Amino acid sequence: MSDFTRLREAAGTAGPWRSLGELGASADFREHLHREFRVPIDSGVDRRELLTLAGASLAMAGLTACTRQPTEHIYPYVKAPEEVVPGEPLFYATAHVHGGYARGVLAESNEGRPTKIEGNELHPASLGGTDIFAQAFVLGLYDPDRSQTLSERGEIRPWSAFLAAARLAVGKERPGRGAGLRFLTGATSSPTFAAQMAQTIAALPEARWVVWEPAGRENVYAGAQAAFGERLEPHYAFDRADVILSLEADFLAEGPAPARAARDFASRRRGDSPNRLYVAESTPTLTGARADHRRPLTPAGIESLARAVAAAVGAISGAASSDPFAAAVAKDLLAHRGSGLVLAGEGQPAAVHALAHAINERLGNAGKTVVYTEPVLAGPPGGAAALAQLAEEMRAGKVTTLVVVGGNPVYTAPADLRFAEAMEKVPLRLRLGLYEDETSRLCHWHVAEAHSLEAWSDARAYDGTATILQPLILPLYGGKSAHEFLAAFSEQSDKTGHDLVKDFWRARLPGDFDTAWRKAVHDGVVEGTAFAPRSPSPSLRPLDAKPPGAAETAGELTALFRPDSTVGDGAYANNAWLQELPKPLTKLTWDNAALISPSTAENLGVANEDLVDLLLAGRRLTMPVWIQPGQAEGCVTLPLGYGRTRGGRVANGKGFDAYALRGSDGLWSRAGLEIRKTGGHYPLATTQHHHAMEGRDIVRTVTAAALARDPDAVRKMGEPPPGPDDTLYPKLPAAAYAWGLSIDLAACVGCNACVVACQAENNIPVVGKHEVTRGRAMHWIRVDRYYEGSLDDPLTVHQPVTCMHCEDAPCETVCPVAATVHSAEGLNQMVYNRCVGTRYCSNNCPYKVRRFNYFLYSDFPTELAKMVRNPEVTVRSRGVMEKCSYCVQRINRARIAAERENRPIADGEIVTACQQVCPARAIVFGNIADPGSAVSKARGQRRQYGLLAELGTRPRTTYLASIRNPNDALPGAAKTGGDHA
Amino acid sequence: MSDALRPTGSSPTSETSSRAILAPGYSFTSVTDKIASIALSRRTPWQWFLGALTGFALTMVLLASLSYLFVKGVGIWGVNQPVGWGFAILNFVWWIGIGHAGTLISAILLLLRQPWRNSINRFAEAMTIFAVACAGIYPLIHVGRPWLAYWLIPYPNSMSVWPNFRSPLIWDVFAVSTYATVSLLFWYVGMIPDLATLRDRAKKLWAKMLYGMLAMGWRGSARHWARYEQASLLLAGLATPLVVSVHTVVSFDFAAGIVPGWHATIFPPYFVAGAIYAGFAMVLTLAIPLRKLYGLEDFITVRHLENMAKILLATGLIVGYGYLMEAFMAFYSGNVYERYAIANRMVGPYRTIYWSLIFCNIISPQILWFRKARRSVPILFVMAMIVNVGMWLERFVIVVVSLHRDFLPSSWGMYRPTAWDWSTFAGTIGLFLALMFLFIRLLPMISIFEMRQILPAAKAAEGE
Amino acid sequence: MKPVGLYGLMAEFENPGDLVAAARGARAAGYAKLDAYTPYPIEALTEALDIHDRKLPALVLGGGILGGLLGYALCYWTSVISYPLSIGGKPFHSAPAFIVPTFETTILVAAFAAVLGMLGLNGLPMPYHPVFNTPRFALASRDRFFLCIEARDPKFDREKTRAFLEGLRPSIVMDVEP
Repeated sequence: MSDFTRLREAAGTAGPWRSLGELGASADFREHLHREFRVPIDSGVDRRELLTLAGASLAMAGLTACTRQPTEHIYPYVKAPEEVVPGEPLFYATAHVHGGYARGVLAESNEGRPTKIEGNELHPASLGGTDIFAQAFVLGLYDPDRSQTLSERGEIRPWSAFLAAARLAVGKERPGRGAGLRFLTGATSSPTFAAQMAQTIAALPEARWVVWEPAGRENVYAGAQAAFGERLEPHYAFDRADVILSLEADFLAEGPAPARAARDFASRRRGDSPNRLYVAESTPTLTGARADHRRPLTPAGIESLARAVAAAVGAISGAASSDPFAAAVAKDLLAHRGSGLVLAGEGQPAAVHALAHAINERLGNAGKTVVYTEPVLAGPPGGAAALAQLAEEMRAGKVTTLVVVGGNPVYTAPADLRFAEAMEKVPLRLRLGLYEDETSRLCHWHVAEAHSLEAWSDARAYDGTATILQPLILPLYGGKSAHEFLAAFSEQSDKTGHDLVKDFWRARLPGDFDTAWRKAVHDGVVEGTAFAPRSPSPSLRPLDAKPPGAAETAGELTALFRPDSTVGDGAYANNAWLQELPKPLTKLTWDNAALISPSTAENLGVANEDLVDLLLAGRRLTMPVWIQPGQAEGCVTLPLGYGRTRGGRVANGKGFDAYALRGSDGLWSRAGLEIRKTGGHYPLATTQHHHAMEGRDIVRTVTAAALARDPDAVRKMGEPPPGPDDTLYPKLPAAAYAWGLSIDLAACVGCNACVVACQAENNIPVVGKHEVTRGRAMHWIRVDRYYEGSLDDPLTVHQPVTCMHCEDAPCETVCPVAATVHSAEGLNQMVYNRCVGTRYCSNNCPYKVRRFNYFLYSDFPTELAKMVRNPEVTVRSRGVMEKCSYCVQRINRARIAAERENRPIADGEIVTACQQVCPARAIVFGNIADPGSAVSKARGQRRQYGLLAELGTRPRTTYLASIRNPNDALPGAAKTGGDHA
Repeated sequence: MSDALRPTGSSPTSETSSRAILAPGYSFTSVTDKIASIALSRRTPWQWFLGALTGFALTMVLLASLSYLFVKGVGIWGVNQPVGWGFAILNFVWWIGIGHAGTLISAILLLLRQPWRNSINRFAEAMTIFAVACAGIYPLIHVGRPWLAYWLIPYPNSMSVWPNFRSPLIWDVFAVSTYATVSLLFWYVGMIPDLATLRDRAKKLWAKMLYGMLAMGWRGSARHWARYEQASLLLAGLATPLVVSVHTVVSFDFAAGIVPGWHATIFPPYFVAGAIYAGFAMVLTLAIPLRKLYGLEDFITVRHLENMAKILLATGLIVGYGYLMEAFMAFYSGNVYERYAIANRMVGPYRTIYWSLIFCNIISPQILWFRKARRSVPILFVMAMIVNVGMWLERFVIVVVSLHRDFLPSSWGMYRPTAWDWSTFAGTIGLFLALMFLFIRLLPMISIFEMRQILPAAKAAEGE
Repeated sequence: MKPVGLYGLMAEFENPGDLVAAARGARAAGYAKLDAYTPYPIEALTEALDIHDRKLPALVLGGGILGGLLGYALCYWTSVISYPLSIGGKPFHSAPAFIVPTFETTILVAAFAAVLGMLGLNGLPMPYHPVFNTPRFALASRDRFFLCIEARDPKFDREKTRAFLEGLRPSIVMDVEP
């Protein structure tokens, strides 16, 4: 990569710079040769991949026999439940639990099949929006790789046999008062589960409950402990914050309630007085991409920045540092006492959290922008220490019975604990799991777990609000819920999950229980369960004395371990939707890669897709590298969750297992990483090869100041589009409705939720890694990501792109068979059964939003794959073009309803899938012919512009320019502001 | 074999006269017998078998590729988003281009009264028809659902929908099918008198019957000849605008699109020029070996080759002008997309292809300014080959390089042909060869009666 | 008196010049029903036998006009009357786009008119014709030139006509069986 220097010169001039894939001539030429001479003799989707994608039709063929088909789900009903009208979907409130936190959702059920997840307006963590995991977890329900039997050492056993075994085990433990009994679970906030656990342990006082969450919130609690002397749950009111300093807190994508955070944050980006976001982070995140000022820093750098700011605002004693960034941030925070906010991410050490708390206390933000409550997560302190202790006990033979509820510790445990080996020392190991995974393989008993759409449960949201999770379908494989499983070790083993949950709440709901219960289940929230805010005594420990943690020596590389942005800690690895979802920043699919900064790559002489050996504390892992602009110098991000060996057909063999390097001494970051070039090459599948806008006004960004100076700043960017009357053609008669979509780039956080939602709503097939590498991903809506400015710390912008439904659509004119035509209401309609597949429309689409079925991508044979499909959307066959339809099925549903009631379609009655799930409410759909409609109001804004509108396409999808609010006191403010005006 | 028929006194080589379009010493008898014997004689040169075998073998490759294509889908090719069109359309345009020389020679040169055309028009027309046949395959197979390709034809159907007459692809359907039909008619009508000759000269019964039926009872009556000449002129008059229209319409496939690098008004003229360019290159490619193989140097003289070389040079310059204007207009328009598209051709990932195209089509033909080069058979053959390749590269640049980087950089991608792309391409070349070799074996590859017209004896009779 | 069972008398010539001269002579001698057979078109012969036929160009013109009308009508009827669709914001009647198919159909029908017209007027295909009964006629498609005076010519007399033909210095004169 000798051309890096030349490249940086070019990039340094703040102009847009070319794609890393084409760095300079030599790299470019190499890539070119590579592409030219690698001529794949392609047979499309190879057999193995086909199996993966087909979701194991073969397996299903046999398994349907042992699948208990619940009679309630065979239509026509013999005794029809009165609320079910065939063809009319029903929505049930429940929650998706991620990392123990509940995120309220509404699950759509068609004829008894859960098919789609929508946000729950009533739920505080959702307010109608959801995240990608909530969108995708419905697919997991129908995953044919899910464990489907209860087995003992591989032998299939009935539930009763397990109950007996459990009772026997408990009996064996009773004399020792449970001294040899250990329960190992993931993080949970379920009140019922916590109560059950308490009960079980009360009966066996010496038994222990160990909590292990690979990417858990232990640091957060520990930070509060350090700051206030008690474990507290901080949560934040981003809508009330004018100035935010994030110390690598990716609150827009991670954390307890990203959807809510995005909603609140976005609500302050649209207006004339937007908030200001400072982000210091080691690896680029979506939050960093939204920052007005972003600082790539090593972990130690982040801590010293925190100290500097703390000192500058007087939260801790010590001299204010000379760092202008810290000074400017501190000044800004001081200027906004009570409306500032400092927060640290899960990955930050307790000390940094403590510093954040200290600053917030000092500035009187506590109680205003930050709220403290008791911990939402139940159970004892988790983290590496607890797991290490368990491993120690197991190795010492102190543990005689190990009960593993959920999680996948054998895969996720820190490598240095050698957990699997320790576990084998335990005489009896029982497991409840969704999959017969790495952990199950080492357990004597494996019980198939019921999917959370199949079982009763409950969970708390970030603020403590409880949700009752209700099943929409009987367990497809007769799985058991965690409650039922745990009950087997208590006296309640005869109770059903429903009774267990209901009984727990019986005593706790006010008023008439049945009414309250019905309401709670119906609403998806249990009223009055939010935790009361606490005002902790600022009995701050003397932090100033504390030396900075793991300081890396200069030139040394630091490994960062982070949950992957699409498969999380590996729990979602078998979800094809998430595997094929482009990661928000790298745009990689189906794999993880070691993310390194351009300068690190330059030093090591490696390029994208080069295989390298990573050595850390005697552990070794071979992995491809991916050059990530904005990555902190010397930091190497290793996304977790890949390299599964027993994760299912989709997960297995994808990516590389970063847990193999992860030690208990550095769960989140560890200095002393060594990288050796192997000379090997590993192709990675990315959906975006070019990262610069080439000076085109594609994503328009204005600074708040510029917009205030000149209201027409946005419109003045780029060539003006033709006016409504600049046409030679006669106007076609206008219909009552003119559908249009508006996307607010100031609000959009690039979270991808719309992409998965669209995939679920419109039966969009998954094509697999090989097809993605050949540029054949099928997503109808994509989120483009561009970089502007310097290579080392670029400005990152996101832009969701749907079909623009151009009024003068270039694609329509060229279709020889009139398979894509315009509706009177302005929809650019794709007529699948008329399409012969010339692909001319796609060539002529300037937005390249059309997608083509080069092979038979949709899975026709697999029965199970059919269950998740939306019955209102055609499943496309081979050789047919497809694209965003503005969710025409939803438009027509609303039209039918309106016509039945003989009234016009009301504004907001039609909500497209992408709009519904958007946590930031960046997408508005409606009738632009009605000046009063929300979408008309959005389009009326002065930030409105049409993408490539100068081509005369007259797009119906329009954008609102992004707003940045840089601090003029800082250098590069103008650049960061992307101020074209 | 041909020497037996060469009249005594005429030198064996065509170096007789630099201006001659027919070596001296030929009579009605010798011309007739010499050309007819190629189709009628029992002895076939081994080179013919070699060529025909190659052709048929590759045709099998074509069939195999197509079968696999229909089973799996167009995904077996390198096409993707954003490059929705790859080899299929590229080769379609290439073949159609080649298919222009025949009709052009027969029609336009006939109207221009260029007698030298008489000895090359026949197999040039055949070449046209076979090239169009190869071209015609691609639009049918490149669609996602080939079994529905007939939907492009306007016919009353149960869906009561019709094609979209605004789409250039429908224009293609009309233009190409018309061109194919008219070329076929022109070719056949031109052959009727010669078929009569073969009928009368054939020894074997099956040959007599075959040629007899094809000749439709032609007897060379003066009245028939009169109408025949009328018809030929009228057909020529019709074919001339047609031949110009076909590649114009093909160019609309691109010019009517909005893709930067496609959306240019220069396209129709420079496509037509390119087509003639490619066509004559292919005529040379075929004529040079054929005249050697069948000893036709007396009929296809160096004069013919030189004339074609001149046409190559002229059309090559027009094509070069087209490239120049394309680049200039992109610059002059000030349109960022157009400018980038042209720059991307020159310095982008496909720049090697662009510059080799420039070498093949613009630089190398300049050698034809020299009379020596124009009259050197080997140089001309190499030249023709280079131009064949160059015109293929031009289409690659137009189709692929324009598409792979258009408006939104987020969608940019690369196109990589797969083995199936190549095998299909090789297959159509095979089909072309197979048809060509069948033709020269079974039909008079030089128009006999038109050769008679240029004999001195004939001129005398006309009182010239 | 005319003998039955004779199509006519045919004289064979070595070169086109003699034939043209002979044709002129025959016309001068008042023969009307005669025809010449040559291996290639000879313009001189056409006026010698003064053949004037302007039917074909008219046919082709008609064909062209018909084709053009049909082509445009097809575009117009399907896009405007039968099934109008809103495509790319273009008017239903997109005249410029319709020109191309119209042009092609014009050429197509005209070309068919030219070819079929030529064949039709020439009475081709014609499986049988008496002139083929004379064995030497096969040379008409090679290197010999024939003049045939038909029996249905009012001035035809077997002996006199044969004598007349002999006078034209042909290589041979033959009877043509019907």
